[in-house]
Amino acid sequence: MSNGDRPLSPHLQIYAWQWTMALSILHRASGVGLAVGTVIMVWWLMALANGASAFDVVQTVIAHWFGKLCLLGWTWALFYHLCNGIRHLVWDTGRGFELDTARNSGYLVFAASVVFTVLAWIAGYSAMGGM
Amino acid sequence: MAEFTLPKNSRVGTGKSWPAPQGASNTKTFKIYRWNPDDGENPQVDTYVVDMDDCGPMVLDALIKIKNEVDQTLTFRRSCREGICGSCAMNIDGTNTLACTKYIDDAKGDVKIYPLPHMSVVKDLVPDLNNAYAQLASVEPWMKTESPPPPDRERLQSPEERKKLDGLYECILCFSCATSCPSYWWNSERYLGPAILLQAYRWIVDSRDEHTGERLDDLEDPFRLYRCHTIMNCSKTCPKGLNPAQAIAEIKKLLVERQV
Repeated sequence: MSNGDRPLSPHLQIYAWQWTMALSILHRASGVGLAVGTVIMVWWLMALANGASAFDVVQTVIAHWFGKLCLLGWTWALFYHLCNGIRHLVWDTGRGFELDTARNSGYLVFAASVVFTVLAWIAGYSAMGGM
Repeated sequence: MAEFTLPKNSRVGTGKSWPAPQGASNTKTFKIYRWNPDDGENPQVDTYVVDMDDCGPMVLDALIKIKNEVDQTLTFRRSCREGICGSCAMNIDGTNTLACTKYIDDAKGDVKIYPLPHMSVVKDLVPDLNNAYAQLASVEPWMKTESPPPPDRERLQSPEERKKLDGLYECILCFSCATSCPSYWWNSERYLGPAILLQAYRWIVDSRDEHTGERLDDLEDPFRLYRCHTIMNCSKTCPKGLNPAQAIAEIKKLLVERQV
């Protein structure tokens, strides 16, 4: 609320980062990441329908190290958003609001998202028969 | 739409510096947000070095000492100095709390003091609370009944019913929680924020109140209630150890339950 000549007091500039707000903004960011990732997946599917040469283009882009990095980020966003979504569902039942519980569930969600991401990539590479 | 940066007139500059008194060996540096409505300047951060051998342990002790002995223009609200009036809520070392119950030693390094975040500043550490008070009035924080009271006594409550008010009645309306909430920062005109929603819930669960339905109707709104995204900065920062996020979740639950 700014009012006439009065200044607005500093907010993001001075508020110390808390695990609460960090985990929350990661949920929002991973959601945005998923939306972008979905567009890439649609592109990939369309290329698949368009024939071998179109599919080759997408495969080349994705196989580039930067493409792989994006894919890795998208995988993590998927698992973080999924796990944290479950955390939100539990909150919606009125449970898990004690600060200790909420912090532990947050860290658990973060750890789980990393573990699932690694597992997904190991599974992916094994399905392709190694590097 | 959220504005992540400060407006031009709100950018904070570096201000004056007051050194420690001569002979002081145990000192602590306080960096305090200053804004004077009369000089047309932008806000600035002044630096005060305080002799800790001659100062009480709380941040409010230091503020009062600075005002008494160093710089009488320093402006802040305070009253009870024991965490029950809620006047001295401010942002200390990055989080919102009461200056009177915050130990100076809790701050690593310099003690940085700002007004409650994302508020219109009246002067120095004094934020304009008019909007917050208007929002409080909008939830009608008093008992509303239809049935006449018993002629010979008060409206009674069982111990179990009374217990539901624990963790709610203790709120002192310091607005530390509301002004820690990013959602409230971006939408304070329309979102009620954690402090007011906790107050609303305090009357919703009061067994003697007979306007529960109307109270829930009033909150069933995409902005007034549902701008809460369970960020939980509110519960993290509450200087009274209350849990506004939980109270808001209970309101959301009641709104779902009455539909099934």
